[in-house]
Amino acid sequence: MTKSVQQLSALMRKEFLLEWRQRYALNGMLLYIVGAVFVCYLSFNARRGQLTPIVWNTLFWIILLFTAINAIAKSFVQERAGRQLYYYTLASPQQIILSKILYNMALMIVLALLGFSIYAFVLGNPVNDVPLYILTLLLGAIGFAASLTLVSGIASKAENPATLMAVLSFPIILPLLLMVLKISKNALDGLDRSVSWNEIIIVLAVDAIVLTLSWLLFPFLWRS
Amino acid sequence: MNKNWWKALAVLILSYVVLKGLLGVVPRQPILNESIRNVYFHVPLWFAMITLLLTSAVYSIRYLRNGRLGDDLVAVEFANTAILFGLLGCATGSLWANFTWGEPWPNDPKLNCVAVGMLMYLAYLILRGSFDDEQRRARISAVYNIFAFAVFVPLIFIVPRLTDSLHPGNGGNPAFGKYDMDSNMRMVFYPAIIGFTLLGVWITELGVRMRRVKMALDD
Repeated sequence: MTKSVQQLSALMRKEFLLEWRQRYALNGMLLYIVGAVFVCYLSFNARRGQLTPIVWNTLFWIILLFTAINAIAKSFVQERAGRQLYYYTLASPQQIILSKILYNMALMIVLALLGFSIYAFVLGNPVNDVPLYILTLLLGAIGFAASLTLVSGIASKAENPATLMAVLSFPIILPLLLMVLKISKNALDGLDRSVSWNEIIIVLAVDAIVLTLSWLLFPFLWRS
Repeated sequence: MNKNWWKALAVLILSYVVLKGLLGVVPRQPILNESIRNVYFHVPLWFAMITLLLTSAVYSIRYLRNGRLGDDLVAVEFANTAILFGLLGCATGSLWANFTWGEPWPNDPKLNCVAVGMLMYLAYLILRGSFDDEQRRARISAVYNIFAFAVFVPLIFIVPRLTDSLHPGNGGNPAFGKYDMDSNMRMVFYPAIIGFTLLGVWITELGVRMRRVKMALDD
């Protein structure tokens, strides 16, 4: 048990180091979300607080969705096949997928928080219940990372990973996105928190399903 | 006894369902009127589709466990038939919606979720198309198929029940069987589910045999 935890933390460390050494990729992601927010801001040509809450909320989650797909799509393509083979001789596939998912979760949480602060900065912040909104952001980031990591593993095996990643992940992510949109709309309107409990539990359940499936299915995926 | 008795059963049940569905006596309900007959066709199609998708996922699991290419062929044919049934379900549903809800595609969560589910399985077919190597294609698409089914179930059964839906049994509406169906209708409705499922299995079996023949010819 302690050994597997050690291996997991070593793998996590490797992911962070790798990202730190290729800082252009990380900076690229940060710039991507900032740029996307700014493009939306200029395209709507909106002064602060002019968007209706629904548009404000939906637009933000769409930006986050595209950022997530772009950020997570590269989690299997940035390392060469030979090196991946080497990892597989060192650790079990379950640990590899788990470390990738955990790393992507951390990345998505950073991106989501950054995106939210810039978005609120330029477009105004109509959120009434900020703690619940932040909780939704965390839940959404975790769910996106969990479900997209396996999809990116699948897409990376095919010949046109970029298109396939989008085609495969849009429908898969939709139930999660709808739930998260609903909770964040509740937070935006400042409704009582008990209203959102059902949705929060469902998001957690979907996350659990997706994590378990990634854990079970990834060993079959890497063999090819 | 020969092995084809269930095909005869499917033909018998479906003829019974079509005859009873078009000519039988149905209760008169406000708004629904005669369109209540669609319950014999629209609802069983969806039931059959979900059964077919479940079978497809089971065959994908079997493929991952033992690596026989035959299981993968069965899985993809079940998914194909399920997509066909889904399209037919959409068609019968939008006919029905046109008369009872006023428009062929009302903005209803169940409809939209099903459309997304269809997209998911169309993506499965596209994924299959992007591999040349058979074993690789089979393994990766099996992984996606299981994953997709696990997302499909909450999409169809949980999301529409949480929001306001026009469909019976969703969003606080009573289920259809509670008030609208009488025991005469049940005598047709339950056989219809079995009949359409058997028809789906039959179509799938033909598709699998076609694929086997093609594979044998290629070798």
